[in-house]
Amino acid sequence: MTTALPALLALALGLAAGGAAADALRAGDPKAGEAVYARCLACHALAYNRTGPKHCGLLGRRAGSVPGFNYSKAMQSTKWVWNPKTLDRFLANPLKAVPGTSMGYDGVKDAQERRDLIAYLEQAGHSEACKPPRE
Amino acid sequence: MTSRIQTPDAGLTASLQNAPDREARRSFLGQSGLLLSGAAIALLAGRDALAKGKPSTASDVNVLNSALGAELEAIAAYQVGAESGLLQKPVLHLAVTFQGHHKEHADLLAKTIAKLGGQLVSAKAQYSFPVETLKTQNDVLRFAAMLEKGAVSAYLGAVPVFNNRELAKAAASILGDEAMHWAILRNALGEDPVPSAFMS
Repeated sequence: MTTALPALLALALGLAAGGAAADALRAGDPKAGEAVYARCLACHALAYNRTGPKHCGLLGRRAGSVPGFNYSKAMQSTKWVWNPKTLDRFLANPLKAVPGTSMGYDGVKDAQERRDLIAYLEQAGHSEACKPPRE
Repeated sequence: MTSRIQTPDAGLTASLQNAPDREARRSFLGQSGLLLSGAAIALLAGRDALAKGKPSTASDVNVLNSALGAELEAIAAYQVGAESGLLQKPVLHLAVTFQGHHKEHADLLAKTIAKLGGQLVSAKAQYSFPVETLKTQNDVLRFAAMLEKGAVSAYLGAVPVFNNRELAKAAASILGDEAMHWAILRNALGEDPVPSAFMS
């Protein structure tokens, strides 16, 4: 929550990270990313589909491919595979990256927050929540 | 970790509405309706209000439908909480009241999507909720607070992407209501109800 103010100020001043600024980013921090992930929890969960698809197994998965989830045609028709690069592009501006996506969200505008969020999603994919249920 | 929950039927909803404290709830809902009436009237007035500024687009309908899907899930989640047997008054009253707000949001979103000629998403026959982790009243409150905080972020992310400013205004109005839910749930948990000056 306390990271919101710097992000807002950067946005207001037109200081969106890019070019040389992007090089100054630190490695993604899963713990910080978990806090960013709280923004996703109205629609997403790790282990099950909700308004949005589940996130377990996200890295390495082809976009629009979770069984049983009703994707937009736009998402289904992409040839993307989710990796840090494609996720960064999508999360920055979902509606611009995949016009017609059902994810009506402005995006995570702060590049460091995106990096942290992707690190969390990567780590969460190996967590207990994402392991198959025991018989 | 999760269980699939049947969508609540009308009978269950009616039984909640017949709770002994219904008069207080009705009064509270009446007041909240007044608070939301500005944006609601703008939408329900019809296409004239929606025609202000830039026209609505298929993208707007997509965003509204995503919001409707989340609201329908929230209604089901509060039903699970209300029927869990874990909530005591006055917390039970809060849950039923907040569920009523989500029903009002869903109703407004559905009517707006219909006005725009969109195809409405429906409530799912079953929802997945982590009911195995809900052992106490505080567990239910934390689960609800997590959903409400997420809802604030979702509406915050939706407001800038609407082409039509009246829709953005309505989304902001709902955002305010979700933020109040989140704060009150945090307060009920004994946490700082407003932990920061900004939401993200």
